[in-house]
Amino acid sequence: MPDAAPHALPDAAHHTLSQPTQAEVALAHQFDSLEQQRDATTLGMWVFLVTEVLFFGGLFTVYSVYRSSYPEAFAAASHELDILLGTINTVVLITSSLTMALAVHAAQVGQRKALIAFLVVTMLLGAAFLGIKSVEYYHKFVEHHVPGPGFQFEQEYFRHAQLFFSLYFMMTGLHALHMVIGVGIMLWMVAWAWRGTITAEYYSPIEISGLYWHFVDIVWIFLFPLLYLLGRHAH
Amino acid sequence: MSSTVLSPPRHYLNDGYGVKSWLLTRDHKRIALLYLAGVTFFFFVGGAMAVLIRLELATPPGDLVSDETYNKLFTMHGVMMVFFFLIPAIPAVIGNFLVPIMIGAKDLALPKINLLSWYIYMVGGLFTLYALIAGGVDTGWTFYAPFSTASSTTNVIPTALGIFITGFSSILTGLNFIVTIHRMRAPGMTWFRMPLFLWSIYATSLINVLGTPVIAITILLVAAERLFHFGFFNPALGGDPVLFQHLFWFYSHPAVYIMVLPAMGVISELVAAGCRKPVFGYTFVAFASLAIAVVGFLVWGHHMFVAGESVYAALIFSILSFIVAVPSAVKVFNWTATMYQGAVSWETPMLYAYGFIGLFTIGGLTGLFLAAIGIDVHVTDTYFVIAHFHYIMVGGTIMGYLGGLHFWWPKMTGRLYNEGMAKVSAVIIFVGFNLTFFPQFILGYLGMPRRYHAYPPEFQVLNVLSSAGASILGIGYLIPMIYLMWSLRYGRLAGSNPWGAVGLEWTTTSPPPTENFETTPVVTWEAYDYGSTVEGHVA
Repeated sequence: MPDAAPHALPDAAHHTLSQPTQAEVALAHQFDSLEQQRDATTLGMWVFLVTEVLFFGGLFTVYSVYRSSYPEAFAAASHELDILLGTINTVVLITSSLTMALAVHAAQVGQRKALIAFLVVTMLLGAAFLGIKSVEYYHKFVEHHVPGPGFQFEQEYFRHAQLFFSLYFMMTGLHALHMVIGVGIMLWMVAWAWRGTITAEYYSPIEISGLYWHFVDIVWIFLFPLLYLLGRHAH
Repeated sequence: MSSTVLSPPRHYLNDGYGVKSWLLTRDHKRIALLYLAGVTFFFFVGGAMAVLIRLELATPPGDLVSDETYNKLFTMHGVMMVFFFLIPAIPAVIGNFLVPIMIGAKDLALPKINLLSWYIYMVGGLFTLYALIAGGVDTGWTFYAPFSTASSTTNVIPTALGIFITGFSSILTGLNFIVTIHRMRAPGMTWFRMPLFLWSIYATSLINVLGTPVIAITILLVAAERLFHFGFFNPALGGDPVLFQHLFWFYSHPAVYIMVLPAMGVISELVAAGCRKPVFGYTFVAFASLAIAVVGFLVWGHHMFVAGESVYAALIFSILSFIVAVPSAVKVFNWTATMYQGAVSWETPMLYAYGFIGLFTIGGLTGLFLAAIGIDVHVTDTYFVIAHFHYIMVGGTIMGYLGGLHFWWPKMTGRLYNEGMAKVSAVIIFVGFNLTFFPQFILGYLGMPRRYHAYPPEFQVLNVLSSAGASILGIGYLIPMIYLMWSLRYGRLAGSNPWGAVGLEWTTTSPPPTENFETTPVVTWEAYDYGSTVEGHVA
């Protein structure tokens, strides 16, 4: 029976002797209906993303303060970043958002195989992003652009370029950590989809995972111009 | 009654026994009690530090503890009390218990997240306790850079990580309350029929969700600076220490409202029930909570009047700090107006409400002194500031917390405590509190600086008064521990509504069943509907 309309029934009706439907199993006891459950979990994820905005917002504030204090040093340091790898990563990440959106659609219409396929592609793109990011980190390490005792830069901008790279590693590092968590969530969602927990009636886990994935994507959309592009023409 | 012995009513406390039924519970009421155990524990840890501080300050020379130990004592007192007691106390204990019941829901929207947030809180707290036992930290609870990042050799990172971890518990609890209040209200429970406690909790949750992530990133920056030689806040490396203060107070000033807003919500409930009247100007009090949450985010600069802030910034922060006092004053006036010509009760919860209103008023008015730049420059970093914020945090938050705990104790446990002892301890706490902290206003005005373990002999009389008050206050806090525990076993059965109060929580049994109500209530009445439904006074 595709639609058991559980929200229309009183609570006692859930505990009948007949086998409960998948939708009834998915309904947590504190909710009256799957619709209310979906509304609540979606709102929860949006509120969580608001905290994430403020979390990265603190970093962006620090970045803005120092960027406006030391524009030349930041432009010089920004010039050392690999714009080709950065651009490729941006494309990879935007594509992963597309496949994530397709995964949500597949979940909504109940196409289990397509859902699993899109989730796996999203994960692979996420992993590709992290791989490329590691290559970039490795280059920075080789070039002595990691802040600390081994840091090297032209004397004029030495101190403030170090500040730039501190921010670079902090911002991209926390972004990468969010990506790792995102890939972990995708793995979890693949397992749920595989077991058949996700149905056309109960797909909100995929939907809110998607919200998270898109958010992490958007953070990068801000990081890329701030770190790689701004003031690049000056050098 | 004998029938109760034969078939005890099902309620959340007897719905499953054993350690596992508690540690894996998803029931918001049981999680509230887990939090009660946690915050009480950390309160007494923080209190022990306070005892040592006041003992040291009983005599002018630094004779009991060394200056280094003293630095660690006041730091850990502040860290424990602020992050592990004051911030979680009312929302996580009383709020957790009441939010779903007050809106007629079966539980919070996200019960697993609720349990998770308790575990996060305990892990963060124990982590910080480890930092304390493993040598302590001496930066002050404010962790000002570059001392905390470049100079201090104490356990800065473990302490900061403990606070970082516990921050997620605040965020998740706030998130849970926001979602629950938006999506779980019973039929007929409109926003403006909600008890004012929920408006306070909602406003607090907004601050939790918006402010806590900023302190989280600030802590990470401090930790990264210590670990990897980043220079975000170190002038030697191009960083700006005042930027740290901006980021720190962007959270930590609103955090004061995280502490006091829930207490204000409790007081609204106590005053309405204690006067058998609806709270005067319900919508004003409700919106005052939101106004405090919003404007509270715009006043952080008043902590930095002497730290190198532009004159224009200081002026604006000063004006905004005066403005944030307006909604607080609205609340105080409205509580007073509620009492006017009310059948004012002298039961324990009301005693705490009176205490709150008086002490919060003093704390708030002295806050205006500090918002005025000229006076602030004179009393910055003196005991005046210490006295001011203890009037808000201890006189405000703890009075609200204890008042709420007494008011809803019969609902939580199904038992009545000893009213006589409760009244005596409420009076002891009020007297002890004032004796502890009022002399500190004078000390600060006379110029005694904070954070020193020694002081000139002419300050001794006032310091001895303060230390004597602290010992009275300490006894006042211990007595409720005794009679509340005693009531669990020997207290008289409370019945569902011992105060004759209105509100959904008093329509269900004490203690409530696991799903709070037999059937989902349908609300057809306004908040504090005392006109039509005053019931016989049982207690």
